[in-house]
Amino acid sequence: MINAERALDALGDPTRRRVFAKLRNRVCTAGELAQGMEVSRPAVSQHLQVLRAAGLVVVRADGTRRLYQVDSRGIDAVRRWFDGFWDETLESFRQAAESAANEKGRP
Amino acid sequence: MADQIDLNWTDPNSVRKAIRVQAPQAIAWKVFTEQLDAWWPLAVYKIGKTAAVNAVIEPRVGGRWYECGDDGSTCDWGRVLAWEPPSRLVLAWDINADFQYVPGLGTEIEVRFIAESANTTRVELEHRKLDRFGDRRDQMRTIFDQTGDWGKLLASFAQAAERATD
Repeated sequence: MINAERALDALGDPTRRRVFAKLRNRVCTAGELAQGMEVSRPAVSQHLQVLRAAGLVVVRADGTRRLYQVDSRGIDAVRRWFDGFWDETLESFRQAAESAANEKGRP
Repeated sequence: MADQIDLNWTDPNSVRKAIRVQAPQAIAWKVFTEQLDAWWPLAVYKIGKTAAVNAVIEPRVGGRWYECGDDGSTCDWGRVLAWEPPSRLVLAWDINADFQYVPGLGTEIEVRFIAESANTTRVELEHRKLDRFGDRRDQMRTIFDQTGDWGKLLASFAQAAERATD
């Protein structure tokens, strides 16, 4: 189950944020991600595990390589937390209240 | 969104929203206070560890406001500070910037239900005392105030329209 709290927790770590940021526009292996970073490749793999568990990253096999890419489901969960909390909530309320009013108005 | 009214509010410790609902005041009040499972986005706006299946506002001053998990657990969000059906409700929102329940945190949500006609209600919401979030006030103000994108609202509308025509 993907939820925003897990995703936000995962992104609370600055190194994981950097790993995640590197994946924003491309698909790559853990080794490629580790290049230019101050952490080891195994450490990058660990961070990728956490990002995967949080629904932010998915992995697929390409021959012998494991390619990582952003999982849009996690992004959506986070965006919903940050996008217009009360606008979204009130809009949803409006729909529910109007459905209830319509039901009541029916013969 | 045509029915969401821009109040042009600039108090840094407050977010204000208003929406016009095609429903009588009494129904708007009832749906808001008794049927949160019909409209509160429980899939994302929740703090408990388990999936949330409902949220409850106990109908009295001092009552609890809490979410219900699918395992029967409950998780407090705050308290009822004013209970004046069908026109005014004030809730304490005691969830901090890390989305943890902190008893007595004391941000407040005031909701007013104003009958504009027999079948139209203007609902005004103010989320205030955001200074209780401390140095994360501005971050939280952005979360509560920001306008969601059109695509999401339209998708949400389409779902509701489909439900209504079933």
